[in-house]
Amino acid sequence: MSDPTPSGSSMPDNPRLAELRRKHGRPPQAPGAEPPQITPRDSQPRFRGLESGHRACQGCGEALAARLVMESAGPDVMVSNATGCLEVFTTTWPQSAWRVPWIHSLFENASAVASGMEAAMKAKGKNTKVLAFGGDGSTYDIGFQTLSGMLERQHNVLYVCYDNEAYMNTGVQRSSSTPHAAATTTSPAGKERMGKRHLKKDLLSIIAAHHIPYAAAASVAYPQDLQRKVRYAMGIEGPTFLVIHSPCPLGWKHDSCLTIEVARRAVECGLFPLVELERGAVTNVMPIRKPRPVRDYLELQGRFRHLFAEDPRAEEEQAHLQALADHNIATFGLTGDAEDPADTGGAALVHRGGPLASGGF
Amino acid sequence: MREALEGSQAIARAVTLCKPDVVAAYPITPQTHIVENLSELVAEGDLHTEFVSVESEFSAASVVLGAAAAGARAYTASASQGVLLMAEVLFNIAGLRIPLVMTVANRAVSGPLSIWNDHADSMAVRDSGWIQLHCVSNQEAVDTTIQAFRIAQETDLPVMVCMDGFILTHVMEPIDLPEQSEVDAWLPPFVFDRALDPSDPKSLGMMVTPDYFPEIRHAHHAAMEKALPVIEATDRDWEASFGRACGGLLTVEGDAGARVGILAMGSTVGTLRAGMAEPGAAPARLITLRAFRPFPAKALRDAARGLDHLIVIDRAISPGAGGVVGLEVAAALAGHPDMPRLHNHALGLGGRDIPETIYADLIAAIEDTDAPGFSVFDADLSKLAPEDR
Ligand SMILES: Cc1ncc(C[n+]2csc(CCOP(=O)(O)OP(=O)(O)O)c2C)c(N)n1
Ligand code: SF4
Ligand SMILES: [Mg+2]
Repeated sequence: MSDPTPSGSSMPDNPRLAELRRKHGRPPQAPGAEPPQITPRDSQPRFRGLESGHRACQGCGEALAARLVMESAGPDVMVSNATGCLEVFTTTWPQSAWRVPWIHSLFENASAVASGMEAAMKAKGKNTKVLAFGGDGSTYDIGFQTLSGMLERQHNVLYVCYDNEAYMNTGVQRSSSTPHAAATTTSPAGKERMGKRHLKKDLLSIIAAHHIPYAAAASVAYPQDLQRKVRYAMGIEGPTFLVIHSPCPLGWKHDSCLTIEVARRAVECGLFPLVELERGAVTNVMPIRKPRPVRDYLELQGRFRHLFAEDPRAEEEQAHLQALADHNIATFGLTGDAEDPADTGGAALVHRGGPLASGGF
Repeated sequence: MREALEGSQAIARAVTLCKPDVVAAYPITPQTHIVENLSELVAEGDLHTEFVSVESEFSAASVVLGAAAAGARAYTASASQGVLLMAEVLFNIAGLRIPLVMTVANRAVSGPLSIWNDHADSMAVRDSGWIQLHCVSNQEAVDTTIQAFRIAQETDLPVMVCMDGFILTHVMEPIDLPEQSEVDAWLPPFVFDRALDPSDPKSLGMMVTPDYFPEIRHAHHAAMEKALPVIEATDRDWEASFGRACGGLLTVEGDAGARVGILAMGSTVGTLRAGMAEPGAAPARLITLRAFRPFPAKALRDAARGLDHLIVIDRAISPGAGGVVGLEVAAALAGHPDMPRLHNHALGLGGRDIPETIYADLIAAIEDTDAPGFSVFDADLSKLAPEDR
């Protein structure tokens, strides 16, 4: 894939870029000093709400997703962040990777804290948009009540769930978002068990039942689509919800250079449909021209390794997962004949190489 | 102007005078009337605030945390199970040093279920790092509520105003409510210099490694100790403006030369005063503890000096240890010369009525040299099976 931005040391002579760099970028250099090393990211006109240099694992989907969200949302925002990987890897005192006002209170109250921040903005007549961030554990499970309360009360907050399908911060325990049959440290595969026994909770349907103005699913493999959804939600006055499929190389046990590929296959096989809902009704889906077998998605990840054992139960579980994907494809009409949204332009911005990028594995 | 008001109604009016930007609360007996009165004031246009009708006390505490962090004056109220459901957030608020005010309409904690008054709820969060002030009367509760907003923002500490459920919250009394202009002049606008603000982005509530954690805890403890003179000075300043005080950290009354002292918090003090005023009642020095956190150990030693006996009344117990206030008083007096012998009694648990005659009974009990150091004084053990006594 080609890099869309210059990687040399000369900065493009663009006044808009210069202005943005002055506002959000590095300080200007003294005359005669070594010219700064310009990376492609430096020359891209985007707001860095979440800086690099934090402590996420290599290939962390959540870190990438949060960066993309901040680029589209910032800078006139404030963030309420639940306990979890994102909170921990960005803010070990006294260093913080956040360039926007940011608060972390607890694991299960990001929505309620955001409700209070939004109420404060209203009371003071300010327009700063409040964002609430949580992992799947804090969103699907422990913070679910505070999320429902926030949506019901119609707070003007964009809630983003970084869905890596387990409690990663505490060492990969199952959540209600963990897919059926995936192995985690509390749903291990063994002689008696084929990983998680229960289904991934259908959170979007529950969110839809709140009839909020806008809810959507996005994936780090489709950054342009993700950022369009963030921008759309930012423009809405009222509660909006975005769940972003964010692979975790550590927890899903895949190579850290495969994050985008794994995320893409989840969408292509139908297990993670990218849908949009307005007031509870589906208004848009990202079509899949040729659905991939679920097997292609599973085989990249160690958490599904037991499904490739010579065991009739493994076959049965694979079939079960395929049936779930087929159900999504049928329910959302994912194989419709709309334009193929391959989203490669956006993907190129974040796809930095690895064996699959060069076509081989 | 004096008005006959129910305790809860008076609190709602006092909160209104402080012009909170955000109020969030969830109903629970005996705090309910406070939330209802605030809602009514909002509905009538007498209170201009963002009133957030949350789905739980856990969210109520979280909402006011977020609001204050975003630079708003915020208020909540709860009791009993609600306070315990908030517990995790209460520790977090104090640890983040966020200035907030909360009323606790003190009530027993289940099980068994009891909706009546004691202090088990606020005592359960005694170590959360909040300032805790106890009120003897509804007038004190009104005045302390307004003072609390000033103390909170001067110390960057949250303040819990504790008032006895039912005994205060549901009782009508003539209350002197200050004028709006007087409160405006006395209470400065809300300031929180670490407030979330896009023009000066800060990160709050970051992860802290062992490299910094003990220092942060020390700073919190030091801030609580530094709050002692602030609480005293605020009450003095209140008295200068309004002509009445709420008892600073603690007050001493009764017979200064008496050999026996009684220490209590909250509305029990009123009952003891009445008992002490009965003709022929034995003399005593009555110590009213207003500040339970921070604990005024030095002021307490000064108040107890010269006594032979000190009866400490508790409205909450730590099963297996004794009365919570009793244990704290014992710790404060330990190792100091001329300190009295302690008699620690729990009274009125779960709303058991405390009669005025308790005063004489407590003083008579001093003579019982075989009595244990701690007792549930008004428990009738004959109601229990022998093996439970
Ligand atoms: C009340 C409470 N229970 C448990 C924890 C421990 N805990 C912290 S983060 C976490 C899991 C986070 O999972 P998730 O929300 O999915 O975020 P991730 O780390 O996967 O991004 C758990 C269990 C906690 N901090 N608070
Ligand atoms: S454990 Fe997973 S979610 Fe957490 S930082 Fe590492 S890759 Fe990211
Ligand atoms: Mg997770």
